[in-house]
Amino acid sequence: MNGVRVLVGTRKGAFILTSDAKRKRWRISGPHFAGWEIFHLKGSPADPDRLYASQWSGWFGQVIQRSNDGGKTWEPVGNQFTYDGTAGTHQWYDGTPHPWEFKRVWHLEPSLPDPDTLYAGVEDASIFRSSDGGKTWQEIPALRKHDTASRWQPGAGGMCLHTILLHPVDPGRIIIAISAAGVFRTDDAGITWRPMNRGLRSEHIPDPTAEIGHCVHRVAMHPSRPEVLFMQKHWDVMRSDDAGVSWREISGNLPTDFGFPISVHAHEPDTVYVVPIKSDSEHYPPDGKLRVYRSRTGGNEWEALTKGLPQRNCYVNVLRDAMAVDSLDACGVYFGTTGGQVYASADAGDSWRPIVRNLPAVLSVEVQTLR
Amino acid sequence: MIRVHLPAHLRTLARIEGEASLDVPGKVTQRSVLDALETCYPVLRGTLRDHVTGQRRPFVRFFACAQDLSHESPDAPLPEAVAAGSEPFFVIGAVAGGCC
Repeated sequence: MNGVRVLVGTRKGAFILTSDAKRKRWRISGPHFAGWEIFHLKGSPADPDRLYASQWSGWFGQVIQRSNDGGKTWEPVGNQFTYDGTAGTHQWYDGTPHPWEFKRVWHLEPSLPDPDTLYAGVEDASIFRSSDGGKTWQEIPALRKHDTASRWQPGAGGMCLHTILLHPVDPGRIIIAISAAGVFRTDDAGITWRPMNRGLRSEHIPDPTAEIGHCVHRVAMHPSRPEVLFMQKHWDVMRSDDAGVSWREISGNLPTDFGFPISVHAHEPDTVYVVPIKSDSEHYPPDGKLRVYRSRTGGNEWEALTKGLPQRNCYVNVLRDAMAVDSLDACGVYFGTTGGQVYASADAGDSWRPIVRNLPAVLSVEVQTLR
Repeated sequence: MIRVHLPAHLRTLARIEGEASLDVPGKVTQRSVLDALETCYPVLRGTLRDHVTGQRRPFVRFFACAQDLSHESPDAPLPEAVAAGSEPFFVIGAVAGGCC
């Protein structure tokens, strides 16, 4: 079919929303894996009917599900995520050493050319790889064994590796982000990693400009311009023009620069979207107005997008993996809220409407453009 | 046959209707029952016990014959009624284990 498939992970199951290219009428299937927390679902760029889902519960732990038919049917695959060698310690919330313990998979990133290869970003932070469609997982251990790792610490949601950006051409380059350690980059497919946090400033660490310790919430990249990265940090919206070597602030006229997700327009690499949230303790939009902010200039100048979004008494949050774009013309933008709404714009953010209203709290939103 | 009663989420995951019936060779203990369960239903590996240490997950409990056996040795014999198949071995999700 030509159209869009929106993959929604929630606190109590997964939902799949589909529409034709007009994006006016939506069909909703789910809940899949009812009762489980679905941290993330994502489709393979090489085979859009190959989907992966991270399914988790406080009772029974981690399950990975795979679909070969676009989410109509699923099969559980491998769920063994074992750290390589001695796990070691990181900093706990109080600064004391704490053993590395696998808790859950936050993010799944299928490889660009191969539907059977994918990466998993996990808590406690590390990156795993599967080359057999998720049946078995091997840690890429050099990241967790980086000589700064004993000083990494959890953010409020846990010490999660939540962002995995694969270079569109160079298979050796992977950029990841950890809350709260920061951005790391490998140029040799994971053999060595370097922190990429110069220019970040965080007041919650003893040295605000330290090499590591920054609570990065999300990093986004446009595939046509992989040297340019956009970051929503705990506070501050940032930009790098050298693949993470240095960063500069682009918060500009945002009403608050705290937030979680950040996305880039599918066809305009300098058009960026964020959802400002009031503060790190007040996780809701300022003034009870749900506003997406769009910059068409690569940052600093932002416009509020409000048409169709609630402009009073709105106190939901939008989590880090809960915003995505399609690549139709005009670009569609989608985000899910902790109140269970998924909002969509079929005109690059000019206007919005809820395509579903009453789901469990939304943890993640991914979009597939089907052609 | 040993009868194992699983929580609904795990029955769905393993596609089990009702109780699981297991042939457990040798001594009937928590370990031998769970080993047999995971052999029959590999998808349950890691959901009840840690993959590496084999320890019970913190929010999983084991009951049988109105007793909490969660803290018994995994190699202790299970009650005779479980071994005889007249009572099930219950795997329970602790009431505190869910969230939101």
